[in-house]
Amino acid sequence: MTTTVATVTEGTDSPYALSHLDALESEGVHIFREVAGEFERPVILFSGGKDSIVMLHLALKAFAPAAVPFSLLHVDTGHNFPEVIEYRDRVVAEHGLRLHVASVQDYIDAGKLRERPDGTRNPLQTVPLTEKIQSEKFDAVFGGGRRDEEKARAKERVFSLRDEFSQWDPRRQRPELWQLYNGRHAPGEHVRVFPLSNWTELDVWQYIAREGIELPQIYFAHERDVFQRSGMWLTAGEWGGPKDEETVEKRLVRYRTVGDMSCTGAVDSDATTLDAVIAEIAASRLTERGATRADDKLSEAAMEDRKREGYF
Amino acid sequence: MTSTTEPDKAKPLSTEQLSATTLLRFATAGSVDDGKSTLVGRLLHDSKSVLTDQLEAVQRVSLGRGQDAPDLALLTDGLRAEREQGITIDVAYRYFATPARRFILADTPGHVQYTRNMVTGASTADLAVVLVDARNGVIEQTRRHAAVAALLRVPHVVLAVNKMDLVDYEETVFAKIAEEFTAYASELGVPEITAIPISALAGDNVVEPSSNMDWYGGPTVLEHLETVPVSHDLTSCHARLPVQYVIRPQTAEHPDYRGYAGQIAAGTFRVGESVTVLPSGRTSKIAGIDLLGKQVDVAWTPQSVTLLLESDIDISRGDLIVPSGDQPQTSQDLTATVCHVADTALNVGQRVLLKHTTRTVKAIVKEIPSRLTLDDLSQHPDPGRLVANDIGRVVIRTAEPIAVDSYAASRRTGSFLLIDPADGTTLAAGMAGDAFATTETAEEAKPAADDEGWDF
Repeated sequence: MTTTVATVTEGTDSPYALSHLDALESEGVHIFREVAGEFERPVILFSGGKDSIVMLHLALKAFAPAAVPFSLLHVDTGHNFPEVIEYRDRVVAEHGLRLHVASVQDYIDAGKLRERPDGTRNPLQTVPLTEKIQSEKFDAVFGGGRRDEEKARAKERVFSLRDEFSQWDPRRQRPELWQLYNGRHAPGEHVRVFPLSNWTELDVWQYIAREGIELPQIYFAHERDVFQRSGMWLTAGEWGGPKDEETVEKRLVRYRTVGDMSCTGAVDSDATTLDAVIAEIAASRLTERGATRADDKLSEAAMEDRKREGYF
Repeated sequence: MTSTTEPDKAKPLSTEQLSATTLLRFATAGSVDDGKSTLVGRLLHDSKSVLTDQLEAVQRVSLGRGQDAPDLALLTDGLRAEREQGITIDVAYRYFATPARRFILADTPGHVQYTRNMVTGASTADLAVVLVDARNGVIEQTRRHAAVAALLRVPHVVLAVNKMDLVDYEETVFAKIAEEFTAYASELGVPEITAIPISALAGDNVVEPSSNMDWYGGPTVLEHLETVPVSHDLTSCHARLPVQYVIRPQTAEHPDYRGYAGQIAAGTFRVGESVTVLPSGRTSKIAGIDLLGKQVDVAWTPQSVTLLLESDIDISRGDLIVPSGDQPQTSQDLTATVCHVADTALNVGQRVLLKHTTRTVKAIVKEIPSRLTLDDLSQHPDPGRLVANDIGRVVIRTAEPIAVDSYAASRRTGSFLLIDPADGTTLAAGMAGDAFATTETAEEAKPAADDEGWDF
């Protein structure tokens, strides 16, 4: 395969051909506007990670010069990277948005959830999230999930119906015909909406670069105290590491995904700029989750099971 | 199974190269027996889109099952039920890229009962790959796949004649199948057909040209996917903008801004053009086009835009903005072809919701003149009802006028869903007007009530 510069290639020389980023952006905006037109109380899941940042960027574009007609919801595991929380609060203030927080720590303190022996809190997010959706009566919940992330997600729909327990039943999903999204649901049910369904990790990064979107600094290479667990570099901290056999060392790392500190691994990297990050990803031979998420390695069906329970 | 080696480190592409590519959506149709999962796995693997950890997982599972080589089909089996039964249910979406293009693949199962899945996958596809087994040639299922592609008006169809290694790479075998398929699909009005002889298992002509078939001078599957046009000249299309949302900031900075937001469904819009708003019929001129923060003079499908008009007229979600003098029919009576996608039947007299572009209206199924058997395109008059995977003609009466194009003229403004008002289930995928390109104009002069359905 030749790698000449891909200008608009033979066969696509119509003046009306869109670049793939323009096509994906247009589709994402279309999805946001559909939800605004059809739902009463939509909310955007916002973690301060790159996917939710891109989602918010699309929402801002979709309704400009008016304000985004949705609030944000952060499911806070209590093990967040401080850089990310700081970023979250700054963005919320900057755009005059309303932020809801569902806190795992509150549930643990109240005795409604129990800490797992391995200290990981990602699986504990489901209950606070679903209860918040019920109590706030959100009828559409935007998530940053992408279908390229994992095999169970390849079968996810842009509009994904959930019952009153937030459960996902792959057999109840509606076929995705043309660009006609069917969001009808009974009271108590809601629809999870994934505007980035058709994006890949690389698309997300290219779009961030093209749009000049600011990200939390942990996405870029920096020196950090880390220790190795299950083949990943984890950040030392009060959440439960390092343990007896584990030793802390200072390494030059960056994060490819941002989640719970206890199960989000850093990768060795010297990429300090967006271009360097993109070059690294384009050449990378590991998928995003495979390299960085311990919880997905649990079993081949791990993601499918968690989705059924109402995980994002 | 040939051995799969660790892909070479692909040369990193510059950001500029990566963001200059176009996007092609395509669908595959064929069954497990035709080697479809292997073809998809091969496309992903040989285009260096399979990453180390995915390949390792496949190798682990293959070894665990006692297979001596990684089974590429495993790359695409998603859910536990499928892994246990070794089948594929529902549509899965897959993503890969080459320096020339980004691809979205709707991977649809090819069994008889999964017509609705192929309809789903084909509904957004610019191209469909129909897979046949070189040993079996064109069979009923192949004809069914060709018919669905024709019905959904997929612009490009690729016939991939697979397992050429099992027929000694014989040109005559390929030529006979290609000829038979092309004749059949052309008759249905498929505008462009490309036949390619391949072996997904051995890798011939999927990504790399085959040294076993020197007699074939055409592109490999991937080369064809990379070069097929994704957009055509839009100047001859009817321009259509379904209004999704009215943007009214009502702020000190924008006290009077009133923009009509939507994704252009077809054609192009220009500043200064006279437009008509349907169903009201009111007219105005385009004062400005806001393309996600950029002011532009012209915009086209599938761009998401906000139109500003010169006069303040009453427009809301569900309206359709069109160039004055190029309007679709506005009517409460609709004749269409539907593919029934729900497990419960669709009956004559049933009350439904009809979702067309950004508008949802109440409707009644007045008649079901005929049901079509895709295997041989035979018609069955007055079936009374349609069940899952049936394709049939319907006559629908809507509670309010809707502005519908024929599906042949515009896939986005000629398509609709029928929805069960009780639980929101999507019942049917509808296409207004004639079923196949060959019957064009045959029906248009007739009132719907006299419609005899199929007409070949």
